[in-house]
Amino acid sequence: MSVLRRIADGLRSLFRKERVDRELDEELRGFLQMAVEEKLKQGMSRKDALRAVRLERGSLDVAKEEVRSAGWESYVETVGRDLHFALRQWKKNPGFALSAVVVLALGMGVSLTIFGFVDAALLQPLPYVDPGRLMSVNESNAESPRWPLSYPDYLDWQRLNKSFRSLDIYNGSGYLLQTPSGATPVQGERVSGGFFQTLGVRPMLGRDFSLDEDRPGGPNVAILSYGAWLHYFGARRDAVGLTVNLDNAAYTIIGVLPRTFSFARAGDAEFWVPINTLSPHEQMRTFYNFWGIGRLHDGVTAREALAEMTAISKQLQMQFPTSDRSESASVVPLSEVILGDVRPILLTLLGGAGLLLLIASVNVTSLVLVRSENRRREIAVRGALGASPSRLVRQFATEGLLLAAFGSLSGVIFADWLTKILWRLVPKDMAADMPFLGGVGWNTHTCAFAITVALMAAVLFTAAPILRLISQQEGDGLADGDRSSANQLWQRLGARMVAVELAVAVVLLTGAGLLGQSLYRLLDVPLGFDADHLATVEVEVPATGAEKNQHTVALYREILRRVASLPGVESAGISSMVPVQCNCPVDWITFPGRPFHGEHNTVDERHVSADYLTTLKATLVRGRFFTDAEGGSKPEVVVINQALAKKYFPGEDPIGQRIADFEGGRPSEREIVGVVADVREGPLDSDIWPAEYFSINETQDSYFSLTVRTRQDAGAMLPLLVSTLHEIDPGLGALHEMTMNQQIEDTQTALLHHFSAWLVGGFAAMALILGVVGLYGVVAYSVSRRTREIGVRMALGAERSGVVFLILRQAGKMVTLGVVVGLLASLGVSRLMASLLFGVNSYDPLTFVAVAVILAAVALAACYIPARRAARVDPMVALHYE
Amino acid sequence: MADKSSDLVQGTLDMLILKTLALEPMHGWGVAVRIEQISRGVFRVNAGSLFVALQRLQRGGLIKSDWKATENNRRAKYYTLTEQGRKRLNSETREWGRQVAAIARILETS
Repeated sequence: MSVLRRIADGLRSLFRKERVDRELDEELRGFLQMAVEEKLKQGMSRKDALRAVRLERGSLDVAKEEVRSAGWESYVETVGRDLHFALRQWKKNPGFALSAVVVLALGMGVSLTIFGFVDAALLQPLPYVDPGRLMSVNESNAESPRWPLSYPDYLDWQRLNKSFRSLDIYNGSGYLLQTPSGATPVQGERVSGGFFQTLGVRPMLGRDFSLDEDRPGGPNVAILSYGAWLHYFGARRDAVGLTVNLDNAAYTIIGVLPRTFSFARAGDAEFWVPINTLSPHEQMRTFYNFWGIGRLHDGVTAREALAEMTAISKQLQMQFPTSDRSESASVVPLSEVILGDVRPILLTLLGGAGLLLLIASVNVTSLVLVRSENRRREIAVRGALGASPSRLVRQFATEGLLLAAFGSLSGVIFADWLTKILWRLVPKDMAADMPFLGGVGWNTHTCAFAITVALMAAVLFTAAPILRLISQQEGDGLADGDRSSANQLWQRLGARMVAVELAVAVVLLTGAGLLGQSLYRLLDVPLGFDADHLATVEVEVPATGAEKNQHTVALYREILRRVASLPGVESAGISSMVPVQCNCPVDWITFPGRPFHGEHNTVDERHVSADYLTTLKATLVRGRFFTDAEGGSKPEVVVINQALAKKYFPGEDPIGQRIADFEGGRPSEREIVGVVADVREGPLDSDIWPAEYFSINETQDSYFSLTVRTRQDAGAMLPLLVSTLHEIDPGLGALHEMTMNQQIEDTQTALLHHFSAWLVGGFAAMALILGVVGLYGVVAYSVSRRTREIGVRMALGAERSGVVFLILRQAGKMVTLGVVVGLLASLGVSRLMASLLFGVNSYDPLTFVAVAVILAAVALAACYIPARRAARVDPMVALHYE
Repeated sequence: MADKSSDLVQGTLDMLILKTLALEPMHGWGVAVRIEQISRGVFRVNAGSLFVALQRLQRGGLIKSDWKATENNRRAKYYTLTEQGRKRLNSETREWGRQVAAIARILETS
């Protein structure tokens, strides 16, 4: 109650100031008048009475001030006055205020944005129940630390292990969904029955898979993703129980997943079906097709689980010796598998953002110091006129806080905007693989980060000028104190700050240079084919059951015939996969007549039409390509790449030799008829793997890529390709139509390199600008402080060139220090970045030299402007200066 | 010795004002005169201290004020003790008595 009254009364004093003042004035005046009257009654003269009262009771004004300053509202008033004063100072010098706020907003905005992404990816837990106990459980072998499970292995692992409360598998698949408007390719995910339980996710509508549905031969059922429910069923509550047509089979919808559900490894999968139908391949122990996840029992560590799974794997190997000798198990936290790729990139970015924030802080502090230095005289005058030191300190604190507040607020707004921009930069396919980035935004972590940075800025901007104020001796400001120790101290500090800024800019520039070169080298990597004027489209053939075989080969021929006869098409080919995507799927080959000890001779396996390699313009090195007629007829033939020839037939002629595998679960042998120069099948940044190409007529893939060599722009051909496919069969799914160059640019590797090069480049540009502005500020300030000295020098006969040299020499010291320190730091930083680099050494001397030269040149150019101004100083004016 | 109020123990002035106002509502000058009279000139209150204290008491809800005419037909702000103020005066008087007695005992024994 009394607190409320106090507040109300104070507010009344604040907002009805005049009236309260008038009342106080009247009351005090009455009081003093009564005192005077009392004296008059005692017989004093009026004059004596007045003096006596003033002595005894104090003067009107002093009493008024005392009463006024006793309430809390007086404090608010002082703050208000300080704020008003600070804003007036800014208005007087808008350049200072604007640059300080912009620089702070830039540094804070960028670091806050990056922190938001880091937080979403690395700090926030995966959106599953107790995600720390979820493990990615897989096989491993000599070639790969993580290798998918085969179905029989999975069953045995599940049966034998004691470490996991549950063990489940998943495997991506595509379907053709029949809709009223034709066939649409959709993404599906096959999972074992307990998959969602293991994650701790429950359908938001309907139910999870039942035991019955999980068994081989179980009914066709599907759980919808939230997106699919929205998209295909208009979010109808009665969607559960309806059936959908996937690949010409009816699936009953039994549930809908919650909106928040995502599983990075499944991308955008819309239809989740139980693994209850296995192809003949999938029933083999050597067909590795499923990825595993498991939830650990309480108290079991990942290490213990790994030991157990390794033992089980070894035991199974003894039982089924066909499998690989080096085979073992892998148990790693699921979060590691999901985040593996982005972790180093995000951490690098966070480092860059931190450096930028550091530069921005140093720059603004430097500006604030320059500013307080320029106001030395004003401060000294105010001090001499009676402003108490605490009053001056409070004034500076207010200005610093205001600066920090404005800068931080702008920084937060900037971050908000930048986050949206960056989010839009991330390609959609990539975003689907990183659902955890959906959590980017304002939460307790990011807010805490923003507040911490804002507070640090506030402390920095208030402490720097206040320390400066304290170190300043009294009277020093009124006399010209150029040679005062404090001034020299500050000049030295300013120079060091600039050196730090330049060093940081060097580090970022080096990083950007190395990443830029990586990107260039990456995109310049030899492909082994001509990627220009190639149009590609993926085709999915709906499963048609028994008559499949003859039908599919006829379909290939029909598609190739129709497409090749289109105007503007040179040639067309079909392949199981377009190049530059993945060193997968692979085949393990053996060589008839050579001893075999179960080793894995891993090669990329591609099923292609007869004209495919010609369409790519791949170079035939030896022998010949196979013909369309040879596909599927005996003897089977194969074309290998040079890498395979070099690795497995060194010093021999591979033509006429035979290689064997277990294609389709049965042993088959093929004769090598040709050797093609290496075509890059795998990602841009990996080595060329051995590869084999055999006829797609043999495997009759129902999912393949059509690649077309065009005479003109390949992009213009894409719509025609799709419509032609639909003319041939409206049930065909045509998807991902794009040019080969787009395909390559859209690969994860290219995108990652693009992304990091541009981002670090952006950082470096900002750092360079900030550093150079900082340098310019310090030198310009120093020149303005030394105007008189320069005037004296010139009056005494110094040459103009000598003056320029004088200024440049001072700047040169800073630049040299900054560049040397920066280069040394870059050596360390670039080593940390090594995993992001491609085709360029992290100590690449060219980059280092170029950065040093560019920075020195830009820095000296920035100093040349104030140096020239110094040289133009008129000695007469300079001596009268101040 | 113009300002004898500085000799007052911190917080005592508030108590004296409350005591004065317990007798009858009064304006500032009246409070000052009454304190001086009762203390036989030992305490003399200056305007600043008095009005700061009055403002504090009023904000604390111990007294309230009204503009009224004085006996000399002048306008003055009259302060009245509130119920809360009366309670506070009682408790403070009791506490004061306890303290004075305690201090006196200490001084006597030494």
